[in-house]
Amino acid sequence: MAQSPQDVFAPWDDATEKPLIRFRNVTKNFGDFTAIDDLTLDIYAKEFFALLGPSGCGKTTLMRMLAGFEKPTTGTIELDGKDIANVPPNQRAVNMMFQSYALFPHLSVYENIAFGLKRSDMDKADIPARVDEMLRLTRLQKFAKRKPHQISGGQRQRVALARSLAKAPKLLLLDEPLGALDKKLRHETQFELMDIQEKTGTTFVIVTHDQEEAMTVASRVAVMDAGVIVQVATPDRIYETPNSVYVADFIGEVNLIEGHAAVDNGVATISWAEGQPPITAKTDLTADTQCTYAVRPEKITITQHEPQDRPNKIKGAVLDIAYLGNISTYHVELPDGKVIKAQTANDRRIARRSFTWEDTVWLSWTDTAGVVLTA
Amino acid sequence: MRRFSWFNATSLTVGFVFLYLPMIILVIYSFNESRLVTVWAGFSTKWYAELMQNTAFLDAAWVTVKVGFWSSTLATILGTMAAYVMVRGGRFFGRTLFSGMVYAPLVMPEVITGLSLLLFFIAIDLDRGVLTIVLAHTTFSMCYVSVVVSSRLVSFDKSLEEAALDLGCTPFDAFRSVTLPIIAPSVIAGWLLAFTLSLDDLVIASFASGPSSTTLPIKIFSAVRLGVTPEINALSTIMIGIVTVGVITASLVMKRNVARQKADELRAAQG
Repeated sequence: MAQSPQDVFAPWDDATEKPLIRFRNVTKNFGDFTAIDDLTLDIYAKEFFALLGPSGCGKTTLMRMLAGFEKPTTGTIELDGKDIANVPPNQRAVNMMFQSYALFPHLSVYENIAFGLKRSDMDKADIPARVDEMLRLTRLQKFAKRKPHQISGGQRQRVALARSLAKAPKLLLLDEPLGALDKKLRHETQFELMDIQEKTGTTFVIVTHDQEEAMTVASRVAVMDAGVIVQVATPDRIYETPNSVYVADFIGEVNLIEGHAAVDNGVATISWAEGQPPITAKTDLTADTQCTYAVRPEKITITQHEPQDRPNKIKGAVLDIAYLGNISTYHVELPDGKVIKAQTANDRRIARRSFTWEDTVWLSWTDTAGVVLTA
Repeated sequence: MRRFSWFNATSLTVGFVFLYLPMIILVIYSFNESRLVTVWAGFSTKWYAELMQNTAFLDAAWVTVKVGFWSSTLATILGTMAAYVMVRGGRFFGRTLFSGMVYAPLVMPEVITGLSLLLFFIAIDLDRGVLTIVLAHTTFSMCYVSVVVSSRLVSFDKSLEEAALDLGCTPFDAFRSVTLPIIAPSVIAGWLLAFTLSLDDLVIASFASGPSSTTLPIKIFSAVRLGVTPEINALSTIMIGIVTVGVITASLVMKRNVARQKADELRAAQG
């Protein structure tokens, strides 16, 4: 679908837009351990914001501070322009969906969803209608009277979502919401989540260690490492233009080549191995520097004969082939022993595959395929 | 299934005989016609009828039930609170000392507990009666309740309480409407344990009781010193009966709940 630039949802590029959540120089220590280290971050209304990182990177602590279960050691967290450091969790317009779902086992699905409403200032008479609306939204009408142990895992996940959305919070926190589901259900549920987020217009902050999930659902992704945010950007920018080797390596597969870049007028010429032609790449760098060149396997074309008119090409031998059905990943060994991964879509049947083990092949890519990283 | 060997059969028999033979003899002699406890003179229920006329025994039984009810209720409230603080309180100053002191009565000799309570009641000039026995029983049975409840709280998913707070509960409301209903079985188990301990206690009660407040164990013990009568046998048989019915009912209810839960989960998994 073609969209003109002003249709694109991108409040983070608009200087007049006020962020819904503002972390300002937030640090959180647990004893000697620093979970969050001087973090500053803005999240805007109606965003689907993903916190992505390995376990122990501080993403859950960040979320628990938003919910009110942890207080920052220093720094401020603002919600809608107000400092919320001293607001207890039960008085925040923030609701959370727990990783374990935390459904109340002694209450029915209906009572679970109504639990928060009964403790809000909503008129008693309006509660059933709101619960019904939530049941409809999550397609749980048939299960209203069941107890949590009487429904399946996927249904429990939807009850947890309905319960946390019932009070129409300004901000919904989702802690690894799909971690307990099997792969197929997880994929379906990701789209359901996006759908519900759009319908309700709620701001979602999701914590996950699954990069594919973050890429699928999020409007922006923050990649975290050891209590700091390494990069915040839209999924495509995170993937195409990572700002560091850490991000490039964490998201998807990547070939990393270390070398020295000689920069001339926006073009880097990277010498990286004895006897190999240098790699040319477009870059924003202005000075010569040591660098890491990162290029995604699917950006590399694999051919039998030497290609013409390609800025970058290397000869090698097929070492391994990983056949994944829709795509194949070729591990190609260069004469100096370095292995480069190249990916092709299997648009033909496997019997007609052009290369096999030990074949000599050419790898080639354009000067815009990869990025030159210095961090 | 494993073969039923001679060794197993013998161990089982010896074990059960050791445990239950004395009680079986007691039950049999409660239906004895004769006043002489050790001479069988035919079947009769007359000692049960006579027991119903014995106001001293009935009064003592009533005192025991009253003391049991109040002391176990108090012990359950205090014990649950102590357990909650120990499991959920995090690390606070004096936590180790506090938990040590809560559990100390478990290993304290009863005579010492009883004596110290007696001295305390005299010191504060409290007349000994039902109230003092209730207080005494509460102090020693509270630690049993907190052991039972805290073992349940340790395995309790903390995110349930956090979810309640997140949905607008105050900490007390979260405890009342989420934690308490879920740990209720262990709280009830703690109450029953405290009630049984109170029903059973002779040593501490004899330190804390006054002239108007004789509990059943004290009454039986003093009566036996004048000779065992078939009346006491009848009373004991009734108590054995009540306990047996209670235990069997509890285990049947529990078994049925577990079976129902399993069936529900199986059905849910199948969709």
